[in-house]
Amino acid sequence: MLNVLQPVKNFFVTVKFLTKGSKWYYGWLAFLLFFIVFGIISYIRQLDQGMILTHMRDQVSWGMYISNFTFLVGVAAAAVLLVIPAYLYNFKPIKEIVLFGEMLAITAIVMCLLFIMADLGRPDRAWHILPIIGAMNFPNSLLAWDVVVLNGYLTINTIVVFYVLYRLSLGKEYKMSIIWPLVVLSIPWAISIHTVTAFLYNGLSARPFWNASILAPRFIASALCSGPALMLVIFQIIRKVSDIEIADTAIFKIAELIAYAMGINLFLFFAEVFKEFYSGSVHLAPMEYLYFGLHGHSNMVIWMWLALIFNITAFILFLRPKTRENYFTLNLACTLIILGVYIEKGMGLIVPGFIPSTLGEIYEYSPSAVEKSITIGIWAAGAMVFTLLLKFALPVYTGKLRFKTGSE
Amino acid sequence: MDKKNKNNIIQKPCSRRTFLKGATAGLASLALPAGNADASVWEAFFQKHFKEMDDDEIQSVIKRLQKEYADNYGVNFNIKNTKPLEGTLFGYGLDLSRCIGCRRCVYACVKENNQSVQPQIHWITVLRFKKGEKYVSNFEESEAYYAPKEVPEEGHFYMPIQCQQCENPPCVKVCPTQATWKERDGIVVVDYNWCIGCRYCMAACPYGARHFNWGKPNRSREEYNTETHYLGNRPRYKGVVEKCTFCIQRTREGKYPACVEICPVGARKFGNLLDPNSEIRYCIENKRVFRLKEDLNTSPKFYYFFAD
Repeated sequence: MLNVLQPVKNFFVTVKFLTKGSKWYYGWLAFLLFFIVFGIISYIRQLDQGMILTHMRDQVSWGMYISNFTFLVGVAAAAVLLVIPAYLYNFKPIKEIVLFGEMLAITAIVMCLLFIMADLGRPDRAWHILPIIGAMNFPNSLLAWDVVVLNGYLTINTIVVFYVLYRLSLGKEYKMSIIWPLVVLSIPWAISIHTVTAFLYNGLSARPFWNASILAPRFIASALCSGPALMLVIFQIIRKVSDIEIADTAIFKIAELIAYAMGINLFLFFAEVFKEFYSGSVHLAPMEYLYFGLHGHSNMVIWMWLALIFNITAFILFLRPKTRENYFTLNLACTLIILGVYIEKGMGLIVPGFIPSTLGEIYEYSPSAVEKSITIGIWAAGAMVFTLLLKFALPVYTGKLRFKTGSE
Repeated sequence: MDKKNKNNIIQKPCSRRTFLKGATAGLASLALPAGNADASVWEAFFQKHFKEMDDDEIQSVIKRLQKEYADNYGVNFNIKNTKPLEGTLFGYGLDLSRCIGCRRCVYACVKENNQSVQPQIHWITVLRFKKGEKYVSNFEESEAYYAPKEVPEEGHFYMPIQCQQCENPPCVKVCPTQATWKERDGIVVVDYNWCIGCRYCMAACPYGARHFNWGKPNRSREEYNTETHYLGNRPRYKGVVEKCTFCIQRTREGKYPACVEICPVGARKFGNLLDPNSEIRYCIENKRVFRLKEDLNTSPKFYYFFAD
């Protein structure tokens, strides 16, 4: 009997544990909660009055929500950059922190799902997209594929993370025989979530800007920059606020990998720019709109050039071992990459797909107050999920939190 | 079996579905004004996909919708479910040399099909070009919001664009919930009660033919056309996508679409592509014909032509 009740008891111990912390912990949670509530209020307004509160219209029918979704799929997929050296090459410094990368992947997918819900005109009918109980259009619709791969990736990472933490919390080693197949599966799966998301746009012949076969590789290259850059910043924070040790070599190794990914990303970008501008067909219009403006419309131009400058600067900083292994320039480069890819892969990818529209109209989109506050709310919710995961994982990891096993 | 257990038999086991139904109805009733919180809330929530319902189920849904519309709009609607006619494949022709850009078709369509007036939705877009411009390949040279005193204007020509009812429709392919499909008579339809409003179809459509209800659709009570079809012009909902259906409520009864009927210059033609004696077949076989964005392989059943 004790054995059955023990996990339930452990669960409540965990919940109790999560509610206890320092002043800083409470302050941080309150700070996040403020923005979450703010976002929820905006979402209720959007549900009540309709998506007319956003600045999306028929001409530009996807905007800030789908942009953030796209960026975050990349962040989730980037966990693979830790998983490969950790498990396949058994690189010890990274193996010690791979769990946190997987937790970031879980957080990013949760945020992706929230952004999708924010973007649906009828979220009450979301069950229609599920297999069996709904009418999922599989395999025809890439959105159906996305539902499968995103939820699959979430499941894999959740199982791995919680299994490892559960074993550790009981003071036992986790069994590699259980972890190994999941990890091996998670590597192609991580690539697949990003490939499928790229194909979602890529497969639309109506939108020449997306209908380029280079899109999926570019997606993955940029994901392998922004996600790990975000992780580097988070690892340094974790190292500061907890007593966990993260080796410099792990951080520098990840930075080195980012440099390669960014090199490939920039090369693919220039390949696409060359094809569009040299051939100069009417398909050039969205690219022209992005970098030079079209028929006097140039809202995005400054952002795109900024993103390009950020990415190139970050690439140079990451490439030189001297600047890569200096924490000031490293963090500067991380920030530049996160911002650069966020602009390029977010609004810079989604919006120009719709400009000019299929009937040649130029509707310049910029997000409304409701879109911005829901977006901030979802980011705060993501930070909250990650904080709570860390709050539990860190003491388990360092051995400070141990449950009694039923048999004892 | 003791007495206590016998009594319990009356309490049926609560399956997951009934639990969900109850929970949803309960939650929904919290969100709704008290008077509306009846059984129809969860009936609407659990309504099946149109193609999975049998005729009886469709009739009961139609009955519920008629009541819902009567409550919401104060008007009694007739919602038909006329099936596709045998041996029919609808096709549309538009004579560019005749069109004068008056946009009567646009407003006849709004009137017939109960589109929202506030916020405004138009299923037909009329583009104005200066003569000599690349009208087929580059719509950027066009103007959709022209406002002259008189049409036609000197030195201009006009090109109305609406749903092309593709034989190979990208919108149907991408829809994640199968809420849109092509009927046997070639009309691409949407089940407004199944669409989740993801707007993927709008990204996929090369003709800007799909429109989203960004706000609550509104028009004045007297302006409603009460003769409707389930897959056509019945009142829409906030947050769903809608589109031209070749006036399914009219054409399946042997009538012309509203835009064809109103056109003052006879630029619009409509008929059965499978009937060798139809007007549309005559136009296709005897005029200079083209279709929009042929390179995308969507194979529209909407034919532009020049009579002279």
